[in-house]
Amino acid sequence: MTDIGWSGLALSLLLVAVAVVLSVWRRLGLETTIAWSALRAMVQLLAVGGALELLLRNGTSIAWSFLWVAAMILFAAATVQRRAREVPHLFQLALAAFGAAAVVVLGVLFGLGIFSLDARTLIPLAGLMVGNSMTATVLVARRVYEELRDKRDEVEARLALGQTSWDAAAPYVRHSLRTALIPQIETTKAVGLVFLPGAMTGLILAGVDPVDAVLVQAAVMYVVLGSVATTTAVVALGVRRRLFTRDHRLVRIARVEAA
Amino acid sequence: MVVLVGPSGAGKSTLLRLCNRLDVPSSGCVRYRGDDIATLDPLFLRRRVGMVFQRPTPFPGTVDENLRIAEPTLPADEAVAALERVGLDDGFLDRPATELSGGEAQRVCLARTLVTRPEVVLMDEPTSSVDRAARLALESLARDLVREGVSILWVTHDLDQMRRIADHVVVVIGGRIAHTADVAELSEHAPDDVRDFLGEDAA
Repeated sequence: MTDIGWSGLALSLLLVAVAVVLSVWRRLGLETTIAWSALRAMVQLLAVGGALELLLRNGTSIAWSFLWVAAMILFAAATVQRRAREVPHLFQLALAAFGAAAVVVLGVLFGLGIFSLDARTLIPLAGLMVGNSMTATVLVARRVYEELRDKRDEVEARLALGQTSWDAAAPYVRHSLRTALIPQIETTKAVGLVFLPGAMTGLILAGVDPVDAVLVQAAVMYVVLGSVATTTAVVALGVRRRLFTRDHRLVRIARVEAA
Repeated sequence: MVVLVGPSGAGKSTLLRLCNRLDVPSSGCVRYRGDDIATLDPLFLRRRVGMVFQRPTPFPGTVDENLRIAEPTLPADEAVAALERVGLDDGFLDRPATELSGGEAQRVCLARTLVTRPEVVLMDEPTSSVDRAARLALESLARDLVREGVSILWVTHDLDQMRRIADHVVVVIGGRIAHTADVAELSEHAPDDVRDFLGEDAA
């Protein structure tokens, strides 16, 4: 096992110094920001590491870990809402989406015994699931909203033919979901050929046999794919629902500039 | 054929959209054959009361696919018949609907509505974005439909067009119905604001 220790960490700060030197030399004016962000990252990680250490300690109830996951989901939902402010009620939708993904993904991983359920597996896997589906969730929410706003004429023409709001929105929801999912599918395809993903890199650095690291990494990729699919589906259908009345009318969608 | 006429912003289109429940009234009710449409299934209502919009709204896909969105089980010969009814030949069936000219696209939109066999067709300034030849063609198609027993509610701000096609006229000014009359006796007994709009001396 590799253990870089405090001295190792201190030495790795040299790399931050390289960035600072570049900024000073080329007068980018970024040296304060660089130093601050490096410091901030370290403090944040230390805080999280400390909390994790408490959670992972023998005898700590797994309930605390679930609480941690719940807090993570809340935070993620708030972030999604902030990044697509124009979409109404997105916080609740994102909450539902991450909740659904947690049930599906964690249900499969732990229900089928792929990983044994304890704090050491639960927290990183839930983090992976939430963290990697946030971008796609924001993307699909915006996309469905914009499609139904910009294609209003077409959607209403479909409604006027007697289609249900479900059918009238289907082509636009489908298009939005494809757009949101394709980047993740491309990443999944390119993995290993183009880049070595974080989990595997970390495991190999920590001294794990590469083949074992690969198995974990593959499972991780599937976790991400599954959770992106779940969250985007929930959010897309939820936004669609919000934009129609029960008597199959498309609600007025104000043109709000993205925040 | 009833023509809704009035200045821009008078509420003609809104009135039309209330008739197939794309909008709902804040007060009052709209009746279809005696029933308040708020009590009818909107999907049923919209199959009886079709609509053609101001700007043509072809869906991506071929003309044939457009007709099939309206009526998924449409037999091939009826698709051809629907096109003939709007003056297009069967060569159009395989053409991409979004690449048609404005006039052709508007005809396809009308055909698409007709395959649902509506009793009423709402037409919201259907000729405002097409050229003169297409405008006259759509007007005469609409007259043909009226002869075949389809009721048409046509919105326009073009008084010449109104005089060419209307049987009955409803004048909408400032969000209310200012006058209704047969086209032949439109200015008789009309209030002053209606005469002003019609461009006649309030003598």
